[in-house]
Amino acid sequence: MSGNAQGGLLGWIDERFPLTRMWNEHVAEYYAPKNFNFWYFFGSLALLVLVNQIVTGIFLTMHYKPSAEEAFGSVEYIMRDVDWGWLIRYMHSTGASAFFVVIYLHMFRAMLYGSYQRPRELIWILGMLIYLVLMAEAFMGYVLPWGQMSYWGAQVIISLFGAIPFFGDELVTWIRGDYVIGDATLNRFFALHVIALPLVLLALVVAHILALHEVGSNNPDGVDIKQHKDKDGKPLDGIPFHPYYTVKDIFGVGVFLFLCALVIFFAPEMGGLFLEYPNFERADPLATPDHIAPVWYFTPFYAILRAVPNDLAGVVLMFAAVLVLFFLPWLDRSPVRSIRYRGWMYKTALTLFVISFVVLGYLGTQPAGGLYTTLAQVGTLIYFGFFLLMPLYTSWDKTKPVPDRVTG
Amino acid sequence: MRKIILLAMMGLLLAPMTAIAAWPTVPEIDGLELELDVHNKASLQRGARLFHNYCLSCHSAQYMRYRRMAEDLGLPEDVVSESLMFTTDNIHETMQVAMPAEDAEQWFGQAPPDLSLVARSHGPRWLYAFLHGYYEDEERPVGMNNLVVSNTSMPHVLVGLQGVQRAVYEEVDGEQRFAGFEQVSEGSMSPREYDRAVTDLVNYLTYVSEPARLQRERIGLWVLIFLVLFTMLAYMLKQEYWKDVH
Repeated sequence: MSGNAQGGLLGWIDERFPLTRMWNEHVAEYYAPKNFNFWYFFGSLALLVLVNQIVTGIFLTMHYKPSAEEAFGSVEYIMRDVDWGWLIRYMHSTGASAFFVVIYLHMFRAMLYGSYQRPRELIWILGMLIYLVLMAEAFMGYVLPWGQMSYWGAQVIISLFGAIPFFGDELVTWIRGDYVIGDATLNRFFALHVIALPLVLLALVVAHILALHEVGSNNPDGVDIKQHKDKDGKPLDGIPFHPYYTVKDIFGVGVFLFLCALVIFFAPEMGGLFLEYPNFERADPLATPDHIAPVWYFTPFYAILRAVPNDLAGVVLMFAAVLVLFFLPWLDRSPVRSIRYRGWMYKTALTLFVISFVVLGYLGTQPAGGLYTTLAQVGTLIYFGFFLLMPLYTSWDKTKPVPDRVTG
Repeated sequence: MRKIILLAMMGLLLAPMTAIAAWPTVPEIDGLELELDVHNKASLQRGARLFHNYCLSCHSAQYMRYRRMAEDLGLPEDVVSESLMFTTDNIHETMQVAMPAEDAEQWFGQAPPDLSLVARSHGPRWLYAFLHGYYEDEERPVGMNNLVVSNTSMPHVLVGLQGVQRAVYEEVDGEQRFAGFEQVSEGSMSPREYDRAVTDLVNYLTYVSEPARLQRERIGLWVLIFLVLFTMLAYMLKQEYWKDVH
C-alpha cells in the first residue's frame, strides 16, 4: 500500500484487507517480459478452462445422480430435459479435453524456453503436481456417465494396481470399495471428482502462480529481465501484466473460445475422441467392448504400458513416464534456457521427443499387436531416452551466446 | 528447426483426429450411400411414422419424450397422440414398449435393446447397413440372417417393404466372399423407395439419439459469429494498448 489513506469503500477495505496491494503485486504492477509469444497464451487459458470446469461442473451436479442404477439415465436427462443441459454438459466434456490440450502446450512451452530451470524449479514441480491431480480428476470424471467405456476403462486402469506385488489385489479392492466396479466405486469417484481433487487442484494453482510471481516470468529468450532496471526499479524489458497482457490474453481467449465453440456446437464427440461412441451405451459388466481405449490424453502412457510384455514392468514404466518429468530441472545441464541459444543436440532431442509422444498417443488409441507394438517399444525408448540421456547431451551441446536484453 | 518443431506441435493437435475410437465397422454393400439431414423435418416425420409403426412395438426409446418429438418435428400434439402413441395417453411420457422384458427374452432370446442412443453408439451407417443387410437363410429359425449382425435374433420387420433378397458369394483365392444381394421376391416398395424409407428412419433415429442437435447447430452459428466479432474487437483493443510497447 502506498501509505496515502484512500477514501471510499476501497480505502475502507484496504485498511482491513490488502486488496489494492494484492491487485498491484499480482496484476497491475507485476512486470512481465515484453517479448511473450504465442506459447505464452496457455497459462491464462488453463485458468479459464479451470473456471469453466468448476462452473459447468456445479450445474451438472445439480442434476446428475451418482448411482450405478441412475447415473447413465441422469446424464441423458441432462442432455434432453434440463434447460441448456446439453450445452453445459458439452462445455464440461469439451473443457476436459481442452484442458489437456492447453496443459500439454503449456508444458511444451516450458521445455522450449527452459522455464523449469533455476530459479523456477518449484514452479515446475507445482505444475507437475497440478498435471498429476488433473489426470486423476479426468479419469474419475470419465467414469461418472457410467457408459461402456467409463466402466471398462475404469476396469483396466484400476486393475493396473493389481500388478503391484504382495498387496496389489487388496489395494484394488480397496480402491473399488467392492470386489467389482460398481455403485460403491461410482459413489466415491463422484466424491473425489467434485470436491476432494478440485480443492487440491485450486490450492496447487494458487501456489503455482504465487511461486511464479515470486521469481518472475521467464521469456522466449530465457534472459533475466531483472538484470536491467530503470531508476524506479522497474525492469527495462518488463511491462505491467495489466493492462498489456490482460488485453492480449483476452484476444487469445477469443480465438480459443472460437475453436472450443466449433467442437461444442458442431462436433461434440470430436469423431469419438472427446466422447467415445461406446460410451453412449450403458455400462454392462457382462459385455466387454471389442476394443478398450482410454481418452486421447492418456493414450501415450497407455501405449507405453502395453509396449512392455511384463505386467508389473509395464505399470512401473507407465508411472515412471509421468514421474520422470518432475526431475527435468535437474536433468537439464545446459547453461542456457531458451532453445534459441541451444545447439543441435537439444533441438534434435526435443523434436524426437515430440514425435514419439504423438506417435505413442496415436498407438494408444489403436489395438495393440504386430508392427504397432514394435513402434510403441521404439517410441518408449525415445521417450525415456530424451530424459535419461539429457544430462549428457545438454552438457555436450554447443550453445550460442545469450543476449543481454530480450530480442523481442 | 523451429518450423519442424512447430509442425510437430500441429501434429500433436491433429494426430488425435485421425485416430478414431470408431463405430463398429460396416461391411461394404454395393450402392449403399447414406445422406442424412436431421434438419429435414419432412424426412424426420416420415422416419417417425416408420419407427412408431414398425419398431416401437418391441424397441423402446426410453429417454425420448413424445412431446419433445411433436415440438421438434412440427407435429400437432393431437396428431401425435392419435397416430404415433400406442402405449400411453400422456404426451409428456417417454417412448416405452408394452412388451414385458421377460416375455421378450423368452421369445427372442434377449430383450430388444433400447434405441434412444443406438445412432450414437453404433453410428447411422451401421443402422442403415443393418436394415439393408437381411437375406434368406434356411438355417436360421426365422429363415433370415443379417450381413451386419450375423445370426441376429431380430426378425426382418421391414420385409414386407423390402421384399426378400439373397446373398451372393464369389470365390476369391479359395475364400468365399460376399459379392452382393439379389432380389428374390418383390416388396411393396421399389429398391429406391426402400432406400429412401430407411434413410428417413435412420435420420429419425439420429435425431432421437440427440434431439438437442437441432438447437445446437442452429445456435452454434450465432455463437461463432459473436466470437469472431468479439475476437476482432479484442485484437483492436490489444493493438491500441500495445502501440507504446517497443
